[in-house]
Formats: sequence, structure tokens, C-alpha cells
Amino acid sequence: MTEVTMRIWRENGNGGRFQEYRVPVEEGMVVLDVIHRIQATHANDLAVRWNCKAGKCGSCSAEINGKPRLMCMTRMNLFPPDESITVAPMKAFPLIRDLVTDVSHNYEVAKQIPTFKPGPPGPDGVHRMMQEDIDRVQEFHKCIECFLCQDVCHVLRDHPDKTRVFAGPRFFVRIAALEMHPLDTHSRTELLRAKAGLGYCNITKCCTEVCPEHIHITDNAIIPLKERVVDDYYDPVVRLIKKVRGTK
Amino acid sequence: MALNKYETHEYDVIVVGAGGAGLRAAIEASAQDVRTALVCKSLLGKAHTVMAEGGIAAALGNVYPEDNWRVHFRDTMRGGKMLNNWRMAQLHAQEAPARVLELETWGALFDRTKDGRILQRDFGGHRYARLVHVGDRTGLEMIRTLQQHAVHKGIDVFMECTITHLLKDGDRIAGGFGYWRQSGRFVLFKAKAIILATGGIGKAWKITSNSWEYTGDGLTLALDAGAELIDIECQQFHPTGMVWPPSVRGILVTEGVRGDGGTLKNAAGERFMFQYIPEFFRAETAETEAEADQWYTDKKKNRRTPDLLPRDEVARAINAEVKMGRGSPHGGVFLDIASRRDPEYIKRRLPSMYHQFKELADVDITKEPMEVGPTSHYMNGGVRVDADTAATCVSGLFAAGEVAGGLHGANRLGGNSLSDLIVFGRRAGLYAAEYARDFRGALAIDSAQIELIARECLEPFERSGAENPYTIHQDLQECMQGLVGIIRNEGELKKALDEIAVLWRRAQRGNVSGNREYNPAWHLALDLRSLLMVSEVVVRAALERKESRGAHTREDYPRMDPAFGKVNMVVRRVGSEITVSPEALPEMPAELKTLFDGEAK
Repeated sequence: MTEVTMRIWRENGNGGRFQEYRVPVEEGMVVLDVIHRIQATHANDLAVRWNCKAGKCGSCSAEINGKPRLMCMTRMNLFPPDESITVAPMKAFPLIRDLVTDVSHNYEVAKQIPTFKPGPPGPDGVHRMMQEDIDRVQEFHKCIECFLCQDVCHVLRDHPDKTRVFAGPRFFVRIAALEMHPLDTHSRTELLRAKAGLGYCNITKCCTEVCPEHIHITDNAIIPLKERVVDDYYDPVVRLIKKVRGTK
Repeated sequence: MALNKYETHEYDVIVVGAGGAGLRAAIEASAQDVRTALVCKSLLGKAHTVMAEGGIAAALGNVYPEDNWRVHFRDTMRGGKMLNNWRMAQLHAQEAPARVLELETWGALFDRTKDGRILQRDFGGHRYARLVHVGDRTGLEMIRTLQQHAVHKGIDVFMECTITHLLKDGDRIAGGFGYWRQSGRFVLFKAKAIILATGGIGKAWKITSNSWEYTGDGLTLALDAGAELIDIECQQFHPTGMVWPPSVRGILVTEGVRGDGGTLKNAAGERFMFQYIPEFFRAETAETEAEADQWYTDKKKNRRTPDLLPRDEVARAINAEVKMGRGSPHGGVFLDIASRRDPEYIKRRLPSMYHQFKELADVDITKEPMEVGPTSHYMNGGVRVDADTAATCVSGLFAAGEVAGGLHGANRLGGNSLSDLIVFGRRAGLYAAEYARDFRGALAIDSAQIELIARECLEPFERSGAENPYTIHQDLQECMQGLVGIIRNEGELKKALDEIAVLWRRAQRGNVSGNREYNPAWHLALDLRSLLMVSEVVVRAALERKESRGAHTREDYPRMDPAFGKVNMVVRRVGSEITVSPEALPEMPAELKTLFDGEAK
């Protein structure tokens, strides 16, 4: 068994600081195991969010050595044993305490996205969809709402004032899932263009890099959505055709 | 002492818990036009449903047109070793298909058949391929669909808020009291009806697939309020959890691995399940490897592999192999899908299993077998409810999902949980709303009682004792793991009762540091009460069921006893006294009984 030095952000209302803990580590442990060990032995009140401990719920997001990650899926053997490991809360969200941040803004954004609205089923009462038509939407449905993409996004991270005018990568994935759903009948391009602020994204792909579900956020969600907005609002030929045909 | 301050909210229906059952209940109650709120311990969308993997059991008949509700009903009853509430099993089998199709109209995208309908997969104990699924992340699809549907229905959601006590006015439910995890402040919900949808008690065991939330809250709230628990001795141990490395021990490995072609092998490479086919399932199970292998390609002409026997049978078999020294290097057995299926198939059907083993255990499941062993997974029993309305014996109190008992009898079949959530979540929401609408009287809250509760909740900060709540919890987990596991006997169960009594006294001295803001030590100190209460109740009921049935196995009473097969163990709490009494199961009507003609009982 080896011992490691963990530097954990602690905040108790009187300002915060990194506190060091020396913790024994066994084979196979992940960062969340070490945090639990610190809770049980050194700091009972260390605040941390977690649920499934298997990369399926997206609760234990944090910044480990500066990189946004899930604590439950970050193995300790990723780091050299003689160097200290820093665990900090997600920076883009207001801090509550220690490693716990206030992510409620995300739930407010979710409310503003027009919900799924299916067309009528086929003549036999069944909604038929081919697997190849839903593959790309199923990729978006893999999202576990860890909000690491929101955390790393330059627009949200460096410009807190933009949270009111920019939905962020998680919600572009959500809107893409709805827009590309074979049964959905709503159009959300106006929302994307205006309120969701899709134009602020300059496709640096940081969100894609941190996604623990490996969703191709930029290539498969954001860029196709940008194209849809352009088609609907800025392409004069398409606009003319639509006008003549009387379609939306 | 100054009065403890608390905020007050008033609703017609309060749903406690926001997994599949809680969300479905809230959606239904809200659709009945009653003021509805959802209160949950975690953030919305993080409840245990999100971890469900394999699928939703529903007799849609898309893959096997022979399938129908009667076959599903029969499988469910036999899987539960006939201890199930027949009416719940009937409603569940009849209504699951409609509830699944409803999820599709709310945006869920399940994997498809070649002709564009919902695909279904094989699972343990189900006669036909019946599980509606999305790879191995079906629970995520369900919870996200329900969550997104619910947020547009005007349901108020109180996240990271824990209910510690239910309040009554006379014999009726009048509200719930608890605290915000974030601020530590108290909160009162006045409500005409309360629906418990809080899940189970997995965190009482050391090796478990369950998260920190699974501390038996709803079971304790129900007992405190005067409701009854049934079949609580039948905690399910899922046969396949990860066993290595130690820090991931217990994390779930979906039954879908076996449904999609994986087989169990011991250290000698033998497919040992053929040695463990019980008389009860002999007629429908393959006897040789050759027959089982043919079943994968022709399911109509061959009987199914014993790898897909119900969970209780498989968990006991793995346990026995390991005890006899035929286990894998880390104390499990091998689960091998790589030698039957190609890597592309495995990655497409089981993406999160592939990911989980690769990232956490350095095992590539497309090339090598997994090491697996039993893990505490699911409470088969729970709060006794009326089958049709989900009402408990306490006016205004309802229960649905894992916290409710009856549907699964002594052992739940895989896939029957997600269907349970949406069938009985909906029913609980519907009938709680009806109850709240019809209730015209006034409900009073006793503020002196609230003051007492608040003081009790704050005690862990004021005690001078030196007991660490984390240590007490770990000791409880060791006790339940060692003495109240898959195989039980009277001596060990009595020893467990003694140890739990000591833990109760230690919990009285549990002390926490820090303040009330997002303090997990305080939260655990409060959860310890329900952990200990439900653990004690499990042991007491286990002592009384002097037979082996389903998930409850007694080495001192190794057989099923027909007399015990006619009764539920019913747990009540009167004052500080816990009672356990055998009471007759509801009688199945004659036309359903014919489905079981000529079978071993």
C-alpha cells in the first residue's frame, strides 16, 4: 500500500483553501474512493456529491489536477505516486461548499427547451423507426448530465454574464436530440438562434474532449445545429423556396 | 431553547423520491390537476433508476408473438416462488406494455427490430425475449425521459432535500418534515397525501450495487407512520457484481451479458450452472451444454440455458462454487461472453459494461472473461400496499417502486423493476390524487411535535460521544454482510440482532463536527436510524421464515415449506416494539390458478 498526498479544496464560509491529506491508496482505487477515505478518517464533513460510483449518474464532477473529470472514473494509478493530486470543485458554477457546486442553473435552462412533440403513429398504431435513423440520437441520449461540458466551455467559464444568453453544450446536445428525433414535430431553430445563443460557440471542441460518455458534442450536435440555423435564417435561396412552398 | 425555524410548503400530493416510480407518480398526480411536488435526496435525474441496465420487462410480443401478459404473469409468480401478490403481478403484466409505449411517445428511443418496432432481449426467468432496452443503459433512458416530461408539467421539485419524518393528524397523513442538504435548514411540507418512492436498503450491506441514498428511509417512514412491511427478509443479491479491484466490488454487471450470450464458468472452466438446476425449473431448462448452445440460435426447439435461471438460483450457485474452492482468483466466478460473440456485437449491445471493465478493472470483455460475484441489489419486499391503488393501511400514505412490496414475492425477475416503477408509479399518482381531491377536511400539524423532531435531528452536533457515524455504518455493513447474506442460519441471525443492538447504542453517541451546510457526516448520522431500523427488521423477519424460498435461504431449513408458502411475514411497529407475524397471502382466483396446473409448487 502506498500513501499519496491529496490537495482538496475546503471552504467553510470563511473563504477557501487547499487542504492537504496523506491517504493510503490500494490497487484499483479511483479518486472518489480516496475522497471517501478522507471523509471517513480525516474530515467527516467534507462535502462531495456522488451516487452510482460507476460513471452512470454524472454526480461526482470535479477538476482533478485542473482537468474536468468524474471522480468515480479517474483511477489513482493515472498519477505518479510521488506527486500530490489536486481536487477542486467545478469552476464555472457557484460554490456551495468544498467540492459541491450549485448547478441549479442547468435545470432552469432545461425548462426552457420546448418538449418532445411526436407526430401521429402509423396506421397500425405503432411508431416505427429504423435503428439507423435513431443511432445518432441515441448517442445524444447517452448524456449523464455531469455538466463537465458546461464547466469547461469558454463562454460559460470565462463570461459568467453569458449564462443568461447561452445555453451551453449540454443543452445543444439536448436540442439536437429533439431536433433529430424521427418523430418530433417542433422546430427549435429560433430558440437556438436567439435565446440559446448558439452563435457564441466558436467550436473549440473543449466540451467534446471532457465528455466522459465520448459524445461528439461539437461535430455531431453543435455543427449540424449551426447549419440548421443558417439554413432557416440566413440562406436566401432556402428562404425563398420555403416561402414559395409555404413550409416553415 | 429558541424554536427551530423552518419553512413551510403546502401541496395536495407530495412524492418522496425521484427515481422512475416517483417521477411517474408525480406526472400522474399532476395530470389529475392536484398541486404536486417531488422531494428527492439527490439532484433530479441521479436516482438509482439511472443505473438500471438491462431493460424493462413488457410482453409486447415484438420478438416472440407467442408472448402475452399471462406468460409474463406466470414467469413473475414462479420467479417469486409464488409468494407474490397475484393481483399486483397481474396488473403489472397487463399494463407494462402500455406504459412502455407511453415512454416512447414522451421521447424515449429504445433499440429497434429490423421492421422498426421495439427490440426485446432475453433475461433470467422470462420465457420469451421480453426486455425493452437501450444497449445496457435502459435506466438512463427511462429516468431522462420521465424527468424531461415532468419538468414541463409544472411539478415543483425540491432537490437535495431529505424527509426524515412523516406527520399525521389523528389517523391521517398530514405532511412530511425534513431538511435541505445544502443549507441544513428544516422544511415542512403540509400534504393531504404522500407517496413513498424511496427505493431500498442496499447500503446496509458491504458489497452492494446501491448508492449512498439506499438507506431504507421510506421503509422506516412507513413503519413509523403505522404502515406494514412484507417479505422484508427477501433482500435480493444480484448474482453478478464486479469483484476486482476491491474498490469497485459490488458494482453491477448487467444480466444482459447472460441474456446476450454470456456464460458462467468456474476456475476449471466448467459451466457449473448445469449442476444447480432446481426441480422447480427443471422442465424448462436445458440439461446439457449442447442443448443450451443450440438455444442461442433456435429458441423454439431448445430449452434455455441455466445461466438464465432467476437471480436467487444463480447467486446461490456462484456462492457455492466459491465456497467449494472453485472460484476465480479474486473470489468470484468467470462470466464469459468473448468466446461466443464478436467484439463489435459486444460493444454495441453492452457498451457501458465494456467501458466499465476497461476503465475500472483493465479488463477487455471482448477478449477475456469478467470476474463476477453476488452483490446486494434490491429489496424484493417492502411496504404492504393495496394492489390496485398502491395505498398503505395509513390514510393518505401510498408507496410505489422498490419501497413497495408484493409484486416480486420472494425474488424479483430482472427487468421487472423498471416495469414496476412505471405501472405502479402511475397507479400511486392516480389514486393519491383522487384521495387528495376527495378529502375535504382540514389537517392540523402539531408544532410541538415538529420542535421535538428538529431537536432530535440536531442532536449529533451536540453530543459529547466520540462515535464516528462512518465507522458505525461500516460496522453495520460488516455485520449484515457476514451474518445476513445469501445463506443464513438461526445462530448467525441471532448474533446479528445482538450486534445491531450494540450499534443502536453506539449510534446514540454518534457525533459530527462542522456545521449544518452540506455536511455529509450529519446526513449519515441521521440516515443511520433508518439503516439500523430496517436492518433489524430484515433480521427479525428472516428469523421467522423457517424455510428457504427465493432470495431468503436458510441452511438450517434448506427446503421450501408449503406452509410458509401461504404466508407473508408482516412487520409492524407499535411504540418501540417491532412485531413480525405470518399472515395469509391473498387467494389467487381459479382462472389464474390454471396457468400453474401440473407444476411443482
